[in-house]
Amino acid sequence: MSTYSLEHKQYLKKIRREKIFITLVRSIIIIMFIIGWELLARFNIINTFLSSSPSKVFSTAINLFKDGSLLGHIGVTLYEVFVSFSIATIIGIVFATIFWVSPRLAKIIDPYLTILNSLPKVALGPLIIIWVGASINSIIFMALLITTFITIINIYNGFIATDQSYITLLKSFGANKRQIFLKVIFPSNYITIISALKINVSMSLIGVIMGELLVSKKGLGYLIMYGSQVFNINLVITSVVILGVISYLMYFVIDKLEIFILSKRS
Amino acid sequence: MKNKLLSIKNLKKVYHDKNDEILAIEDVSFDVYEKEFISIVGPSGCGKSTILSILSKLEDKSLGDVLFSKDVTIGYMLQSDSLFFWRTILDNCLIGLEITGQLNDENKNYVLSLLKTYGLYDFKDKYPRSLSGGMRQRVALIRTLALKPDVLLLDEAMSALDYQSRLAISDDIYKIIKNEGKTAIMVTHDIAEAISMSDRVIVLTKRPAKVKNIYDIELTDKTSPINNRKCLEFSTYYDQIWRDLDVHL
Repeated sequence: MSTYSLEHKQYLKKIRREKIFITLVRSIIIIMFIIGWELLARFNIINTFLSSSPSKVFSTAINLFKDGSLLGHIGVTLYEVFVSFSIATIIGIVFATIFWVSPRLAKIIDPYLTILNSLPKVALGPLIIIWVGASINSIIFMALLITTFITIINIYNGFIATDQSYITLLKSFGANKRQIFLKVIFPSNYITIISALKINVSMSLIGVIMGELLVSKKGLGYLIMYGSQVFNINLVITSVVILGVISYLMYFVIDKLEIFILSKRS
Repeated sequence: MKNKLLSIKNLKKVYHDKNDEILAIEDVSFDVYEKEFISIVGPSGCGKSTILSILSKLEDKSLGDVLFSKDVTIGYMLQSDSLFFWRTILDNCLIGLEITGQLNDENKNYVLSLLKTYGLYDFKDKYPRSLSGGMRQRVALIRTLALKPDVLLLDEAMSALDYQSRLAISDDIYKIIKNEGKTAIMVTHDIAEAISMSDRVIVLTKRPAKVKNIYDIELTDKTSPINNRKCLEFSTYYDQIWRDLDVHL
């Protein structure tokens, strides 16, 4: 470090300052928001029965944690997200592969895939409950409907956009289709697959919460639904806040994983 | 006496698309001798590259004969180096051996020795992105040589490079091909490159391609492509071929 020139040290300092500034402003925004919300509630400018307050959210969370139910609800939601995320990923890769192997099949299926992907899945909610039953399976099924098609489409689009010169090269060595897939298509698309997974995680969470709102006995979606039915706004807002934190953490983990995988290649 | 390695007779290629048939190659015939360096030049889009695609069996011919006098292994080098960004330099060089099921210690050592000879050994564990364009093209050449091909097909192999790298890499590739005793057929749009590297230059007409002229390149001091450019005869050949190409803008 000490061998750097003065200009370079100043340059590094500038970058560091910029980073500190951004973090600082970010923190101020959230702190101001919480303080403002709390003050408005304390001075009865807003109705806490309808819009709660940070201190009430905090105490609700503590109570839920103390009676042992909070972790259970979070656990159920995370479990459902994990299961649907994993299944959607596997189905996505398998079907994208099948479509790559058979472009004819891909052409035939294309309009159906588009319809299924753009259909608002929540409209199928009542049907799913009737078909699959009012259980955790319905929730996972709902999440799968939301995530699977877009995962297939994204990964397949990555596969067919593979640099044609890579394929020509392997063909010049006499490669067969299986070799082309294993040596080029799959490995060259690891970035596409990771970004598809990134979308997949948030879609799974959306699907699971949607499913839990429709039919559930546990989970954060259930807490929100239950809270609104008994008009316990504290509970609803606490659950939403926890959900926000969880979705940010999940995104954060996948993002770090992406950076880690990419850095290993450089 | 030179041994004939390949003879192409009345080669024809027609492409089909929705609205039309396109006659890319009308009638091309020429012979290639062992250890010869041949260049094919012609107006852009005349079907030069198609000839190489047919020789390497990437495409089928419509009519004519392609006769090799013996069983040969063909190495194909394309304009883009197509190095796999997720593989190290060494692993890139081994891909052909993996595909053809010839990856063993002996062949791997051969690749390592090529990397050593051509100054890339220190980069063997690096990824392609850390190499310059010229180095990448050299890696591509080693990847091709790994299969010990008898015939090298070079399709505009240098044309993606900047002019200086291109001169340097032509020199390298020329020396490597001569050292390893390979036969080479190169397609290029660069007349100077063709004359400076080849024993013979085949000039094609514009599409549909026919052979317009074949030049035996006899230079007084044939040592390396860069030196060859300094020969007196060089500009004579250049003028003749330029006239053959009949370029109108």
